[in-house]
Amino acid sequence: MIVKDHNELFKDTAYVEQFHGKREFENPCPEDVVHQTAQWTESADYKEKNFKREALVINPAKACQPLGAMLCALGFENTLNFVQGSQGCVAYFRSHLSRHFKEPVAAVSSSMTEDSAVFGGISNILEGLENAYTLYKPAMIAVSTTCMAEVIGDDLNSYIKSAVEKGIVPEGVEIPFAHTPSFVGSHITGYDNMMKGILSGVKGQVRVSPADSINIIPGFDTYTGNYVELKRLMSSMDVKATVLADISDTLDSPNTGRYRLFPGGTPISALKDAVNARSTIALQKYSTVKTGEFIKTVWGRDFQLSPVPIGIQNTDEFLDMVSAVSGRPVSHAIEAERGRAVDAMIDSHPYVHGKRFALVGDPDLLMGLMSFVLEMGGRPVHVLCTNGDAGFAKDAESLLRGSPFGDDATVHIGKDMWHLRSLLFAEPVDLLIGNSYAKFLWRDTKTPLLRIGFPLFDRHHLHRYPIIGYQGAINLTNWIVNTLLDEMDRKAMFTQSFDVIR
Amino acid sequence: MMRQIAIYGKGGIGKSTTTQNTVAALAEAGRKCMIVGCDPKADATRLILNRKAQATVMDLARQRGSVEELEIGEILLEGFLGVKCAESGGPEPGVGCAGRGVITAINFLEENGAYTPDLDYVFYDVLGDVVCGGFAMPIREGKAKEIYIVTSGEMMAMYAANNIARGVLKYANSGGVRLGGLICNSRKTDKEAELVSALAAKLNTHMIHFIPRDNQVQRAELRRQTVIEYSPEHAQCDEYRALAKKIAENKNFVIPTPLEMEELETLLMEFGIMDGEGAAA
Repeated sequence: MIVKDHNELFKDTAYVEQFHGKREFENPCPEDVVHQTAQWTESADYKEKNFKREALVINPAKACQPLGAMLCALGFENTLNFVQGSQGCVAYFRSHLSRHFKEPVAAVSSSMTEDSAVFGGISNILEGLENAYTLYKPAMIAVSTTCMAEVIGDDLNSYIKSAVEKGIVPEGVEIPFAHTPSFVGSHITGYDNMMKGILSGVKGQVRVSPADSINIIPGFDTYTGNYVELKRLMSSMDVKATVLADISDTLDSPNTGRYRLFPGGTPISALKDAVNARSTIALQKYSTVKTGEFIKTVWGRDFQLSPVPIGIQNTDEFLDMVSAVSGRPVSHAIEAERGRAVDAMIDSHPYVHGKRFALVGDPDLLMGLMSFVLEMGGRPVHVLCTNGDAGFAKDAESLLRGSPFGDDATVHIGKDMWHLRSLLFAEPVDLLIGNSYAKFLWRDTKTPLLRIGFPLFDRHHLHRYPIIGYQGAINLTNWIVNTLLDEMDRKAMFTQSFDVIR
Repeated sequence: MMRQIAIYGKGGIGKSTTTQNTVAALAEAGRKCMIVGCDPKADATRLILNRKAQATVMDLARQRGSVEELEIGEILLEGFLGVKCAESGGPEPGVGCAGRGVITAINFLEENGAYTPDLDYVFYDVLGDVVCGGFAMPIREGKAKEIYIVTSGEMMAMYAANNIARGVLKYANSGGVRLGGLICNSRKTDKEAELVSALAAKLNTHMIHFIPRDNQVQRAELRRQTVIEYSPEHAQCDEYRALAKKIAENKNFVIPTPLEMEELETLLMEFGIMDGEGAAA
């Protein structure tokens, strides 16, 4: 039997008729009214109403806290994600990550039901930990929570203590935890909470005087290529660096024909020794707020915030920071790479200079991308950050005002992609940068879309290519200029400007 | 036509005693009644059932692992004059979510046929304050449409009554919930009936009945009985019979007009309960 792809299947007469028949029940408005209303949503009048919207959010560019917590824990060796809460939430986190990475993502839930909501989830966590350990034998179980456990106030600290006292999980198995209510913050908050939970909750950290090594915390970064690039840069400078936490093997494991539940991650021994690093450098600001505070105050160790190393200037600053902390010079090989990246940017610059950009994504990613776009002479116009706060707005504006290309930009925090739709109709741009959900904006507004961020569900392998460092700058240049050139060719298709040389 | 009535009031004010005695009076008059206790303490049915405490919905759910494992007959018991009794129960203090327990229990009763058409009255005896959505369950989605608030002339009881009126207002606007009146369970404070009547007037309602304090109620309670069962001839029984009759005939159902804290204090000053300095401090 030949199974038709749905692109073909739904063109069959039976489906066409069925769809038409359903309209009577599902969409009783006449087609011309639908069409008129759709057109009205493109107007300035509608935009004004849209921005006064209070009680509705449409396509927010953010996800739940435990998703970030899970990404963090996935970066550690032999670590099992355990979510205290309902099963459905965990199914969502797993499928969300799987659809982006095209990899299996393991996590267990304590499967809380109505009774657990009334009595509290202690028996769920005790039985859950016992089952999870017996079945999977992890070295570390990282516990996060869904909203249900948070609303009823489950006390993870005492529950886990009780699990350890009862001997449910053998001594030596680490069980760090983080409270991750999704009605507060977003996935980047969850990442921060879990990173702090792991750094503070792991036992057997023996403090000695600071060693030669440094820690690098990438933050909520879903580009496996970035982790590889980061380690390559450190190795090129001969710097001993521990990446907290390294998802590059867990979420991009080689296919050997044998499934491995825990295919990589930062070793637990390295995690336990992280407290003795000379310095910890974080590559994201908004996903490391509590972690940074913890390292400074509780560990009492040096913590430095690098600008997200996207683009030339930010990468320069990051490498200078590493160099200053480690005492190792930036290698000649890296200097040569920098030269190549600058050359690539100059080659493509004429097609990017003066182009108008709309950007949507996480606050740290946006800071990096804006910096790069400004370096290329691009003009950010709409910068939209659903999970950005007033601090981000201030940082973003100060970055934009520091460049002559940033004058046109408005930063929108707490807004969603439906707001961005109105913005794109009111003030069109040449290129939209966002995640896969931005394809609806591409469809409605015909703005060319470049997929950068998380999640990327509808294009493959993008996360394998770094966007940080000088290699990342080359990749970004490649994607940006070629998307613009594709559009240029499309527009010039039957004119004398349909040129073979660009 | 089944009437569903919710009784609210400050903790310890005598909601359960008042409810059970009033229900006993209604049963005596031939009415079919059910009491649903909505408090994790589960003490809303002991005077009707003449026993220490009945098995609650959530107790059994905890033992069996799920509420789906329960039979209605295990938790819906009959007591004095055929009054049906159920208790929601809930978690131990300090864990879980008691409000969700109330929702779970009421859903269970509904889905398992506890609300039989022969019932004339269902009384919900609800935890002191409407601290969260769960304790508003009895007045949500068209269940109890009448509310009575038990209070006394004491400052904190009246404060709580006003607060409950505020909660009722929320559901009155969105659903058909109405305040049927204040029940004054006397604590023998100064000018108590006048004060509670004045508060009732400010709340746009009336004091439906003033129950004088009588130790016979306590004597009956020690024997796990209502006064109506323990000493049907005692004068105190007539107070509950009067209240039952007034509730049965009540036509005064209003959307409450809760007071601001300052207004409440002014009221207390008017009655000389509180002096000006006290209010300022």
